[in-house]
Formats: sequence, C-alpha cells, structure tokens
Amino acid sequence: MSEAIADRDIDRSQMQVSDEVAIQITGMNKWYGTFHVLKDINLTVNRGERIVIAGPSGSGKSTMIRCINRLEEHQQGQIIVDGTELSSDLKNIDKVRSEVGMVFQHFNLFPHLTIMENLTLAPIWVRKTPKKEAEEVAMHYLKKVKIPEQAHKYPGQLSGGQQQRVAIARSLCMKPRIMLFDEPTSALDPEMIKEVLDTMIELAEEGMTMLCVTHEMGFAQAVANRVIFMDQGQIVEQNEPYEFFNNPKSERTKLFLSQILGH
Amino acid sequence: MANPSKNNIAYVRTTMLTEQAPPITAAGPVLWIRTNLFSGPFNTIATLVGLYCVYWLVGHIGPWFLYSVWNANSLAECREILNGVNAACFGVIKDRWHQLLFGFYPPEAYWRPTLAFVLMIVAMAPILFESVPRKVLWFSAIFPALAFWLLWGGTIWFSVVGMLGFGIGYAVYRALVKNMLLATIAAVLVPILFWLFLLGPISGALSEALPIGIRKIDSDEFGGFMISIIIGVTGIALSLPIGVLLALGRKSDLLLVKWICVGFIEFIRGVPLITLLFTASLLLNYFLPPGTNFDIVLRVVIMVTLFAAAYMAEVIRGGLAALPQGQYEAADALGLDYWKAHRLIIMPQALKISIPGIVNTFIGLFKDTTLVVFIGILDPIGLSNAIRADSNWNGIYWELFGFIALCFFIFCFSMSRYSQYLENKLKTDHR
Ligand SMILES: Nc1ncnc2c1ncn2[C@@H]1O[C@H](COP(=O)(O)OP(=O)(O)OP(=O)(O)O)[C@@H](O)[C@H]1O
Ligand SMILES: [Mg+2]
Repeated sequence: MSEAIADRDIDRSQMQVSDEVAIQITGMNKWYGTFHVLKDINLTVNRGERIVIAGPSGSGKSTMIRCINRLEEHQQGQIIVDGTELSSDLKNIDKVRSEVGMVFQHFNLFPHLTIMENLTLAPIWVRKTPKKEAEEVAMHYLKKVKIPEQAHKYPGQLSGGQQQRVAIARSLCMKPRIMLFDEPTSALDPEMIKEVLDTMIELAEEGMTMLCVTHEMGFAQAVANRVIFMDQGQIVEQNEPYEFFNNPKSERTKLFLSQILGH
Repeated sequence: MANPSKNNIAYVRTTMLTEQAPPITAAGPVLWIRTNLFSGPFNTIATLVGLYCVYWLVGHIGPWFLYSVWNANSLAECREILNGVNAACFGVIKDRWHQLLFGFYPPEAYWRPTLAFVLMIVAMAPILFESVPRKVLWFSAIFPALAFWLLWGGTIWFSVVGMLGFGIGYAVYRALVKNMLLATIAAVLVPILFWLFLLGPISGALSEALPIGIRKIDSDEFGGFMISIIIGVTGIALSLPIGVLLALGRKSDLLLVKWICVGFIEFIRGVPLITLLFTASLLLNYFLPPGTNFDIVLRVVIMVTLFAAAYMAEVIRGGLAALPQGQYEAADALGLDYWKAHRLIIMPQALKISIPGIVNTFIGLFKDTTLVVFIGILDPIGLSNAIRADSNWNGIYWELFGFIALCFFIFCFSMSRYSQYLENKLKTDHR
C-alpha cells in the first residue's frame, strides 16, 4: 500500500500546525433512528493539521466527517467549524459549507455539465464571482491537478482518477479553508490511486487543513500528523503516525492494523 | 514487364492495379437486401408475407385515394360524380376545412387565430431551440397576453394591465427580498388580488380614455383545431412547471406542503378527466359568486392543466428518484441552497431522465382535449358530428375522421420527434 508514494520526497516547509482551532467537536452523539452511530465524539483540529481517520467498515468514519459540513445532522453535542456553530440555522450551515470542501468516494461530479462548468458553478452562484474570473481560477486548479486539456469534456469522458482530480479541483475553486476526504481512492484502480494521492500530498504541502478517511496507510505515514482510529462509533485511539503504526496501544487497533497491513 | 522467372524469387510490381468496384454481392443494394430481407428462411418468409400485405393494402386503399373527388358540395353530388366507384369524397374537407380549423369563429376574423398561431411558433422557437437568439424570449414572455387579446378581442388594455400584474409581483418580491418567505408569499398574493379587484376597473377606465381594441369574440364561437391547440398548448406550457413544483412538494420536509401535494396528486389521478370537465362546465357555477362570467374555455384549460400536472408530477418524481443521492450531497457540500441546487443540478438531470414520460403526458393531454366535446365545446370531433348532421354530408365518416386523425398525428408525431432530438442533444453521460 505504501509503495504508491514511496518514491516521492515530501516538502514539509509549509506543513505547519498553528494554534488556531479550525474544528472543535465536543460531546457529539448521533443516532440513526434507535441505532447509536456516533458515541461521545471529542475532537479538536487545529489549522494546518492533516488527519487520517481509519477504522473497520461501519465504524462511523463517513458519518463523522459528514457531520462536519452537516451532510448529516448530529443530535447531541457541539460542532464548531471556523468559529461557526452548526445548528439548524441555515445561514450557518451555508457559511460552513462554503468554507469546507468535500471529496467523495464516487466523485459526484455533475454529469450534465462540462468539467469547466462543474468547477465554476459554485463560485458563480454561491460566491457571486464573475464568470471570467471563475474560469481563470478553475483553469488554475485544473493545471494544478494536471488535466487542463480536459476542461471542455464531460465527466463521463474522463477516467476515474481524472474525475476524482476534477472533484478535488472543484472543491478547491471555492477556496476552502478545510478539506474533507471520504475514501477518495477506494473506487479507483492502483495506477489512478497514485495520481489522486499525489494531488492530495501537494495540497498537504501547501498547508491545507485536511481530514481524510482512507485506507492508504502509506499516505497516512507520509503526510498525516495525526491518525485517528475509530470503531463502533467511537474514537478508540489517536496518535502521531509513527507511534500509531509501530506502537498501537489498544487491542482493537492492533487487530485492525494486523488485518490491513499484514497481507 | 517483369515476369517472375522460375529460379528468381525477387519480384517487383511495375504496373499498379486500379481500384475496382466491389462485386455486386459485397456492397450496395443487393447486399442490403440479402442481409436485411433474405438472410434466412424465416426472414425470407416474413419478407414475402410483408410484401403481400403491402400489395393488398395498396391495392385496396390506393384506388380510394386515386379516384377521390375534391370538387363536390354534398355527398350526393360526390356519389354522382363517382358513379359507383368506391372512392373517397374529400369534397367535405374542401367545403368545411375552415370549420374544422376555426369552428364558428367569424370568417372575417380568421386572420386573428392564424396570426396568433404564427406568433406562437415564433414564441416557442427560443424555448425549443438553443440556436435562436435569447432576446426572442422577451417576446415569448408577452405572447400569452398578446394571444389572449388576438383570440378573444376586446380592449387591449385588459391584456396590458393583466401583464402588469407580473411586473407588480416582481417589484413586490424585490422590495421584500430580505425575507424570502414573506417575499414569495407576497409576490404570489399581491398580483392575484390585483387581478381580482383592480384589473377590471383600471382596464375599463383606460379603454374609455383611449379605446384601442378589436371586435370581441366569445368563447362559444371558438371551435375546431383552434380550440384543441388553445387548450393543448396552454395545458402543456402550464402543467410542466406546476408538475415540477408538485413533485418537489411531494418530497418536501415540510409536512403541510407534502400532504397538500400528495392529496392533490392522488385526488386528481383518482378521478377521470371527464368528471373534472363536467365539474368545470356545470358545478363550478354553483361555487362562484352569482353573476361572475368565468369563461368556459378558461375553466377547461384549468382542469386539463391540473389533470396533466398531477401526472407530470409523478413522472418527474420518477426522474428525481433515479438521481443518485451523491448529486444532492455534492450540491449541498458546495454550499448551493435548496433552490439553486434544484435549478442547476437536480432538475436539469431529473427532467432529462423524464423526457420520454413528460412527452407521453403531453401527447396524452393533447389527445384528451377531444373529450371537451362532451361538455358542448366544438372541438374537431364535435364539429365532425355537426358536419355529418348537415343533410349535405350526412353519412360521411372516413374522410372526416381520417383528416382529423392526420392533423392530430402531425402534432403528436412532431412532439415525439422533438423529444428524441432533445434526448440526443442532452446526452452527455457517454455510457
Ligand atoms: N442513512 C443511514 N441510516 C441508517 N443507518 C446508517 C445510515 N448510514 C449509515 N448507517 C449505519 O451507520 C454505521 C456507520 O456508517 P458509516 O458509513 O459512517 O461507516 P464507515 O465507517 O464510513 O464505513 P465504510 O468504511 O464502509 O465506509 C453503519 O453501521 C451503517 O450501517
Ligand atoms: Mg464510509
């Protein structure tokens, strides 16, 4: 798993964690009907942190990061993103969503729009950026993810890896301060995984605050400053990557690591 | 010439062969006929049977068209000319086409519906085809009022002041836009109040001050394809947006909105259109304040629209259900609000998926306009009865109904072709 990024030197000069708090989750609980999915989640993310969230299937990883931009509603506790508390107040939700980018496992590009339209839609309609300017910004990010030549194609004409890079670029066009990734590489073939991870590493190198749900442990070792292990809706263990992988404390973590690394 | 000699294997071609036409069995019509018509015993038999059917049909119907009589003023005269030959008597269409098209509309005013029809095509062009300049949309916006004035006549001020209602609604919305809910409610209510209480007096006063108008023509003189098109096109144009709102309402989180929409859809789908039409023609008068003269065509248009809208809502709901949840999530995650997400992301895709169902409903609606004959409106079917009741044309069937069927077919088939064009144009998924 780690070979995907082994050949890359990581530039750490801008990867600094500041004291400023980006996300603060305190005592958060969530239920689906009577099923208690998230149990007493407490998590503080500082600006510039790169956090990898791991855990077995069904442990609530997706649900937790989807609560951060209110794709899911929590029932108890407090989530404060960039100083804005998430409640049923629609204004706050829109504010948080326009500051937080999200990348999905299945890309979720808009198939009826060209790549360029996918990228400029939110800046034009949410941020009220003039079309010209939005297109320039979009082109900048398309170059960054190395597919400027695809701008006028439709998502259906691109490979999976290209689509995911477009999805990342689409989020970046909103100039978010925080990026959430929900298994961005799980729907991809190995060679495409590398393209997408490269893009994510570049983002990390620029100091973006990132929360990634991923099974790419190589990525976690290379760029994360913290790994969070979840099981049964709870945060079981969190540590910096070296300690997490080489010296796991809880039995569940050890079992999980042996399953995912020990093949 | 370099003939390859026996013990010399080296060989150089000195003359190039010219291209030759393929053998007759490898390309062209013969190949086509072989592969498509005679590619096996079953296909061969099917082809022969098919050919015989075509031969039989042409043999029987051909002469009916071939010897048809166009110049006759009654069925008796026509029979005399035919002198025992079994052939069509299209004289009835030549004699009565104006009735089939316009009903009992005054002949000197035929130019009005004709002009309205031509302008309708202009107004529809920018909506149907992207290559038409967008500026024409302004004309599309005022066309309904213009058509209303052309068809019913009277003072022009009624239409002008009526259009003003939309302007007032927009102004109210802009003034209150800070509070979205209030602005939306006011933007709907204020124009309705304006139409109910101010439209009559204001347009009356204006027409006294400046009488511009054309002869007023009442609904009971309307008829023929004109009435089918008025009801059909208005119904089509209104049922789609209402259907979209109903479909969204049915999925709404607001329970009240949801139950109103579900109730409406299920009620309308649960009753036959003909009962709604009878309600429109008979019962509505009991509920309206006495003395109000609520135009019968307008009442029918409302009923047909509501009926089609309920079906439309379900068709669009199907399209919405076919969209992956991820599309909603991506729109939400980018910070698009409900209306923007639906307008830019959800509806374009859901409508595209629903095109076949939508056009199905449109075609059904257009054909259902013939039901108005049962409430005494003289649509083409009603007129055909009237024509056959005339002693001149008593006993004629095929020619009249064939003509009506042909006209309906042209309209419905165009809709079907347009929907295919649209589906192809919107195909971006490259699956
Ligand atoms: N909409 C829902 N309604 C009810 N239960 C749900 C819903 N979504 C998820 N769950 C349940 O919540 C639990 C957590 O789901 P979640 O998707 O967060 O897991 P995950 O850690 O992301 O798993 P995976 O690695 O498979 O993506 C699972 O047991 C799942 O079955
Ligand atoms: Mg998940």
